[in-house]
Formats: sequence, structure tokens, C-alpha cells
Amino acid sequence: MNATELEKKRVDAEKLGYSILNLGPTHPATHGIFQNILTMDGDIIMDAVPTVGYIHRAFEKLAERRAFYQIPTLTDRLNYCSAPINNFGWHMTMEKLLGIEVPKRAQYLRVILMEFSRIADHLVCNSVIGVDTGALSGFLFVFQEREKIYEIFEELCGARLTTNMGRIGGLERDFSPRVWDKVNASLESLPKLLAEFEKLLMRNRIFMDRVVGAGPISAERALNYGFTGPNLRAAGVDYDVRVAAPYSSYEDFEFDIPVGTNGDIYDRFMVRQEEMHQSLRIIKQAIAKLPEGPIHADVPDFYLPPKEEVYHNMEALIYQFKIVMGETNVPVGEVYHAVEGGNGELGFYLISDGGRTPFRLSFRRPCFIYYQAYTEMIKGAMLSDAVLTLSSLNVIAGELDA
Amino acid sequence: MENVTESIGKALHDKFGDALVKQELIVDFPTFTFKKESILDVLTFLYDFEIYKFQFLTSICGVHYPDNVKEEEFCVVYQLNDMVKNQRIRLKVYTSEAKIQVPSVTSLFSTANWLERETYDFFGIEFIGHPNLTKILNMDDQPYFPLRKQYQLEDETRDDKDDSKFGR
Repeated sequence: MNATELEKKRVDAEKLGYSILNLGPTHPATHGIFQNILTMDGDIIMDAVPTVGYIHRAFEKLAERRAFYQIPTLTDRLNYCSAPINNFGWHMTMEKLLGIEVPKRAQYLRVILMEFSRIADHLVCNSVIGVDTGALSGFLFVFQEREKIYEIFEELCGARLTTNMGRIGGLERDFSPRVWDKVNASLESLPKLLAEFEKLLMRNRIFMDRVVGAGPISAERALNYGFTGPNLRAAGVDYDVRVAAPYSSYEDFEFDIPVGTNGDIYDRFMVRQEEMHQSLRIIKQAIAKLPEGPIHADVPDFYLPPKEEVYHNMEALIYQFKIVMGETNVPVGEVYHAVEGGNGELGFYLISDGGRTPFRLSFRRPCFIYYQAYTEMIKGAMLSDAVLTLSSLNVIAGELDA
Repeated sequence: MENVTESIGKALHDKFGDALVKQELIVDFPTFTFKKESILDVLTFLYDFEIYKFQFLTSICGVHYPDNVKEEEFCVVYQLNDMVKNQRIRLKVYTSEAKIQVPSVTSLFSTANWLERETYDFFGIEFIGHPNLTKILNMDDQPYFPLRKQYQLEDETRDDKDDSKFGR
């Protein structure tokens, strides 16, 4: 909205006795760069005009100039709270295009990592709902455990937030004994943490009075607005990509899909909370069933050879050079692959013309799609509910703006 | 999956005749190409289709094919999902650069609002009937549509970098 439009809006609002409030873009209560120009009648929101694009980084254009192995670093920065899911989602898209069958062990290890990142993602969202209602201590508790999950990622790939994990065809390395120690330690402490966190908030009268019935959306509207993930399930629709179109061996595990009834903040909170328990269940099953075997498919055209071999083996050197220079050819084709990201269906629509880079890569970013319902959800609500609704939708600025 | 493509394709052909230009199965996606004027009618028909009810719009995205024939330089891709029967399909419409207009589907799906704005923002495809077709992620006064293929990634006036060896 430009200055003239804003001025006109202000004059119009004042005629009706309303006032204009500029919420964001850099406001501590918005948890990211979101701007909303609100028309307020006292404390009631009459209208909202969201502005998006503050951290737009042109990923779709960048992807058209990058070799296929360079794209995971772009996906990292979409939903940076659960980067491994994005990374593996992209690798699986490539594997679908190339027709690569990934070994079972790599699939199971991917599942373990993806579920850990889902837990990290949901922990942030739910604890921030607590913060916005005035309960800071839960937030401090869960960030300790989130830190431990990030230590697993760090031990495995060297990075914490933007992980760039995995390779086309599998994983870059197997879990070391130190990783397993950290995984086991987290599995030990996470249920205790969740129990403690739930004791603080789940049946807390002050918290419930604050969130039950606030910021609701009906299942019908949610579907029409393209909601996916926990926000859709909170409205009562049991759609989960892990079940509807299983990828990476999700069909091997038994888990429940929690659904809500009202689609309000409390339901979203409860759905995410239960999903963390289900994630732990999946991780435990994956560890128990974990098969032995290689951690990547035999695709020398796309999977970097071990460094030792590059120095001593001519063939490995050639492959290394071809991969790094983006010289390997891919088939002409068109694939769409969706994974269940932290916030919903994260899709990659890839058109390849056989060149060294994608011809077109479009990300289906769940945050971008459901954030447009925000205006409808907060109309008629109080300002403080608007802040809570935003944090319970878990809109991640990186994913919103691509 | 081929049966699905056949059965949906037959129903669409019976209903829309020549407006259905092409039907194919791409990997696991039944894909149908339509004439652009009919897209809203097709989506409305598929919304209450007898076999599958495609009531969830997964995504809309634009594609620029500068080397295509004159009438078909731009493509808009719609992906739909029937969550109950777990079936996805993809619809495509092509439009020319000279008359770059496609009917808007916002009256059917609220999702389409921002997705169409994004497509307009990056490709300049005008959606007829859209309530507020303005730029969304880029600056309001940006005078070009950045995802069109003629625009380089870097500023074209720079001469200190040689990118000819990388990418396309």
C-alpha cells in the first residue's frame, strides 16, 4: 500500500470514527517481518491489509540459474525452523525425476531426521503461543530441548539452522556413535519435557480462557483457502501427506493423525502437541526397524564420491568435476513431489528441459497460501487475539516470501 | 493411473469437446491442456464432478516458454487434489504474450487470490475478474516481470562478472 492509498484509508477511517494502526513490519509481537495495516474501532479489528514480500529473495529465479545440487541451500531458507524436511523434499523430487530408488536405511534415517525437525518446528510454534499469552517459562524450557535437536543436526552435517542435509540419492554420511548418543538422549528427555510443558499450559485455566474459541476457521473455509498441515487438521480435516501419498517409507510406520474440531488457537496448539508425541513414536519405530545397508543409492552422476577416492581414482575425479560444474545431464520431464512440512504440504513442481539447471522450479509454500486467510480470521477480533492467531498459524517469514 | 486419465479425459471431452486440447499422463500426474477461455468452467465442472470431486486447489504457477509458437508462450498450471479419493490432477492453459489474459478462478477458490497475484507479479499474466490484481512479493513500481526468461539473474549492465559458463 503506497502513501496516497494509506492517507485515503486514514481519512476514510476517521470519518467513521475508526483509527489506523500499523502493526509491523518489525514488531516484537509479530515474530518475523509481517506488516498489517489495521483499521481499528477501539480494540476491535475492522479490517486488515497485509503486506508481504519484505524478505523476498527470488528463489524461483535463482533456482533457474543453479545446478541441481546447489538448490538445497535455497530450500533451507524457506521454512528455516525445519530445514531438513525441505532439503529431503527437494532431494526426493530429484529422485523422482531421475527414477532413483533410495536404500531403505537412508529412507529410515531421513524419516528420523524429518521427524526431529518437525518436533523442533512445533516446539517453537507452541511455546511462542505461550509467550504471546504471557507465559514465558514454557518457552525457555522447550528451547533447551530444541537446542539438543539442533546439536544432532550439527553433529551430522556441521550446520544447525540451514542444514543443507542429504544428497541426491541418499545421505552424505551415516549416523556416527556420537549422533546416536544424542538421538537417544533426546528421545529420553523429550517426553519428560513435553509432559512438563503440557502441565504448564494444556489445562491451565488462564491459558484456556485466552485461546479457546479465539481465531477460529471452519473446515470448509480452511479447505477453500488451501490450508494444509496442522492448521487444516485443527479444523477437523484428517489430511496428511505422509498418509495420503507416503514417501520415504512412511507407510512402514504406525502413527495417528490428530484432528481438532473448532479450528481455533487451542485446537492448533493441541494438534501440534499431539503430533510431537506421534513424531517420537515414528522415530522410535524407525530406530527399532532400522535396516543395515548402504546410505545412498549407486548414482555416481549425482552423488559426490568420497574425497579420498577423488585424489587417487581417475573415475572419481571425473565424476566429482562433472557434479561440481553442473555438467551431468538430467532427463526431460515434469514432476511434482509433496512432503508434509512443518506447516503443511510443501510441494516442489519441477520442469526440466534436460539442461544443467531446472527450467522452472515452483515451490508450493504452505505459509504463503494460508496466510491470505489471516485477514478473514482476525476481522472482528481484538488486537491481542490477532497477535495470537498469527503465532498459532506458525507463519514463517522465509516461507511466506520465498 | 492410465485408467484414471482415460476416464477423466473422456468425461471432460464429452463435456467440453474441442476445448480439451491434450490429455497425457506425466509420471504420476494426469495432465489436461485446455483452451484458456474455458478454465473457470472446467474447474467448476471438476469441483462437483461425479467420479472425483476436485475441491482443493493445491497450487497455481506460471511458466514462460519463449521458444514456443507465437500463441503459446506462457503457461498457467493448476494442480488440483481430491482429498477423499486421494487423486491429483494437473490442468494447463497456454496464452500468448500479445494477449496475456486468463480468466481468474478466485470466485471458486479463495486460495487462487494470492497465487494469481504472484503469477501476475512474476510473469505479467493478467487474470480477468481478479478482485485486486496487484504485485505481491516485488516492489509496486517494478517495471518488469522478473521470471520471464529474457531477464538475466544479475543486472545486465554489470560487466565485471562473466556468467556465461554457468547455468543457462
